[in-house]
Amino acid sequence: MNKNFLLKMSFDIEGNNFNAAGAASSEIKRKLKQIGLNSDVVRRAAVSAYEAEMNIVIHAYKGVLTVTVSPGEINILAEDEGPGIADIELAMKEGYSTASDDVREMGFGAGMGLPNMKKCSDKFEIKTELGVGTKVSMTIYY
Amino acid sequence: MKLNEVVQRLNLEVKTCKENLDREVTGGYSSDLLSWVMAHANEGNIWVTVQSHQNIIAVAVLLNLSAIIIAEGVEVEDSVLQKAEEEGIPVLTSSAPVYQICGEMYQMGIKEGEV
Ligand SMILES: Nc1ncnc2c1ncn2[C@@H]1O[C@H](COP(=O)(O)OP(=O)(O)OP(=O)(O)O)[C@@H](O)[C@H]1O
Ligand SMILES: [Mg+2]
Repeated sequence: MNKNFLLKMSFDIEGNNFNAAGAASSEIKRKLKQIGLNSDVVRRAAVSAYEAEMNIVIHAYKGVLTVTVSPGEINILAEDEGPGIADIELAMKEGYSTASDDVREMGFGAGMGLPNMKKCSDKFEIKTELGVGTKVSMTIYY
Repeated sequence: MKLNEVVQRLNLEVKTCKENLDREVTGGYSSDLLSWVMAHANEGNIWVTVQSHQNIIAVAVLLNLSAIIIAEGVEVEDSVLQKAEEEGIPVLTSSAPVYQICGEMYQMGIKEGEV
């Protein structure tokens, strides 16, 4: 990654805390707007950050969401301590979700988060280890 | 069309941000699945749902929606309204079914999607 970044911010995300959920991505969106990025880029970054944040809240124990803006690109990195993903290919399918009934009642669990992240980013990478955690890196060029 | 006109024609109850009803509505979207809304709703859209959990406010802020209509007489907790007020998101409620609300808005010329 380009070391000569313009803006870098990190947020601790707590698993299962639905009251704070979305706060990090809202703050990320505000900052990206402030530095004058165009609205389509901001929207794609906000959607990616939100879905990554919610996956930590819903599926992991805790994690960190880091956004780095460098000349020409935004990177969003979501790293968590959690159960990991057994089958990434399956997890990437639209409609696949292991979310609990409780979480589904709140409107999560459509199985659209990972596909949304992939669609919104120009580069999408996911690394996971069962019983350890998951790392999702998304890059958006502007 | 302005939000104000939608509120009047559909007889919606304005729960938050009475001062933000001057905004232009760019279209409408309806789903109760948040990731579907994230994927398909556009800036300035009105979102019709029966979800009332506070995460709907984060979704509306992130997408810069013009308002949320909570249909079917679903109760909204004060904490959610407070958050909406802080974030500047008008929360509108109605006892009418989602289907009817969407139908009426469609007839008024509010179509799905594009900004
Ligand atoms: N950080 C993670 N840790 C562990 N499992 C994950 C993680 N992110 C995703 N998964 C797994 O991948 C599945 C699909 O994720 P995706 O975000 O697409 O859908 P969802 O979170 O279940 O529902 P939605 O995002 O539509 O609310 C999840 O149900 C879960 O099994
Ligand atoms: Mg998800």
